Amino acid sequence: MTAVAEQAPTYDCRADFADELAALARADERIVAVCNDSVGSSNLMAFREEFPDRLVNVGIAEQDMVGVAAGLANAGFIPFVSAAAPFLTGRALEQIKADIAYTHRHVVLCGQSPGMAYGELGPTHHSIEDLSWLRAVPGLGIVVPADPAETRAAVRWAAASGTPTYLRIPRFKVPAVTPSDTAFTIGRATCLTDGTDVTVIAVGTMVSRAMEAAKLLADEGISARVLNMASVEPLDTEAVVAAAQETGGIVTAEEGLLSGGLGAAVARVVAEQCPVPFRMLGVPAFAPTGSTAFLLEHFGLTAQGIAAAARRTLGRA
Amino acid sequence: MTATLEAAAPLRADGPAADAYRRRNARLRAASPDEAAAELAQISTAVRRDILTTIQAAGMGHVGGDLSVTDLLVTALWGALRVEPADPGAPLRDRFVLSKGHCAAALYSTLASCGFFPRERLTGFMAPLSPLNGHPARLKVPGVETNTGPLGHGFPVATGCALGARIRGEDWRTLVVLGDGEMQEGSNWEAAMTAAHYGLSNLTAVVDRNRLQQGARTEDTKTLEPLNEKWASFGWEVRVIDGHDHRAIKQAYAPSTTGRPVAVIANTVKGKGVSFMEDRVEWHHKVPTDEQVALALRELGR
Repeated sequence: MTAVAEQAPTYDCRADFADELAALARADERIVAVCNDSVGSSNLMAFREEFPDRLVNVGIAEQDMVGVAAGLANAGFIPFVSAAAPFLTGRALEQIKADIAYTHRHVVLCGQSPGMAYGELGPTHHSIEDLSWLRAVPGLGIVVPADPAETRAAVRWAAASGTPTYLRIPRFKVPAVTPSDTAFTIGRATCLTDGTDVTVIAVGTMVSRAMEAAKLLADEGISARVLNMASVEPLDTEAVVAAAQETGGIVTAEEGLLSGGLGAAVARVVAEQCPVPFRMLGVPAFAPTGSTAFLLEHFGLTAQGIAAAARRTLGRA
Repeated sequence: MTATLEAAAPLRADGPAADAYRRRNARLRAASPDEAAAELAQISTAVRRDILTTIQAAGMGHVGGDLSVTDLLVTALWGALRVEPADPGAPLRDRFVLSKGHCAAALYSTLASCGFFPRERLTGFMAPLSPLNGHPARLKVPGVETNTGPLGHGFPVATGCALGARIRGEDWRTLVVLGDGEMQEGSNWEAAMTAAHYGLSNLTAVVDRNRLQQGARTEDTKTLEPLNEKWASFGWEVRVIDGHDHRAIKQAYAPSTTGRPVAVIANTVKGKGVSFMEDRVEWHHKVPTDEQVALALRELGR
């Protein structure tokens, strides 16, 4: 009975994304949604119902989708492009670079179901490369919210930002980890659990697991700090440097490829400014077949896996 | 050093030239078709001369395509669209997009002729720190609506512009110029489907059909024909013209009357106007010597 009561509810953040987008559209007629036959998977049915003229569905054509969004921005709209993350970012990468980032268009690219959310569908449908690819595009903000409240805050921020942004919307269900009135600030990490022995820097689905890991470590007398680095680009380098100096060791955790993602971004700061023991948790290769939960377990992207990495960082493995 | 710093200065409208553009453009709109065509031809010749000297100064460029597309650009910006060189961001302006962005020298020379920026700045083409990059960038060059260069980008963006005007209920138009080789890019056919699906009669796509691409003839590289039928089967109203006949171009740029987007297949000659460059694949991006430029300028007369 108690075990069931303690089980925190979890959320698919796509619903909060869609709900917040509709609320913004009610207040600002410049907001339009652009998608690629992804009305259902992006939860945009209600948006289409309410704003039939402001939902542009270009069909299964991602390059056109991003180009059309750039054109809508030229015409004075604020387009939210919503599509499955692997195809939005991979198929249209050059459009994201040339039409959105280099052109500096206020377009919000919303990658739905990122990471290994499409578990059994396999690596073609996994979006483990999106952070690596998009970090290589200058001038593009990259935001990875951790829970429903932060998703809503990030959507509001992106609509007002005036800058090109990639928003990675979790589909794999996550518990609430930030306050319901949470605000999002680009370039700022939030400290969810303070600590002195080691810091875990996490994004998206890994944030709640990092907090669980901190509890496991606390039981062993290890004080772990947990930073939610929802702003992957620009990165909060001050928070990284402070973490290195104050806790002496860093672990990063992301549902994404080890090459070029959050961990690589943090590693650059650590290597250049504050060398300390450092470990990266993420996906090292194309994944085998399995559900998202299975794959996260398989790659050690669990509270236990994060705790183990923290122990190794401290030399206590 | 001084030249570089001058080349690096931001581009702003050339006031007197922009005023002159406004007056001459008004006259062009009111002129008879023959008078307008004669005047547009005169402007095209001046722009072709600027293209040659611009590429000569830079020592780089895509001269063949620049010369094939010149009449299409000049007629768009001087004879068909409503643009305001002194206020390039005016919300209700018509949008012009050069999808074949490698022909930046032709676009820059045409924009300068309208007064979007001083014509003297053309000598900074591709100079260190110059805003006149080898491919157009909107934050650097007034009159550039979106960044192009990689092929298959301008057309989807232009489609989004036209769709935006439609959603807003505004009556400005969008015109995009594509290379024929560029029609080998799949993203363009995605855009062609989108524009037809939404019935974007406020969108005109112009194909500079010079039949040559970088390495060879288009038909020897990847067959485009029957190009007209392809556009028609995608739901477009197709107008086939001589892309060097200013009167025909101006007519072809008239708005759609069918409720469908308009595709203009403009048959052109690569290197048009310079005898030794015409229809020769090597002039895709070969740079003329000083002697060749002098000869070309003589052929283009005053």
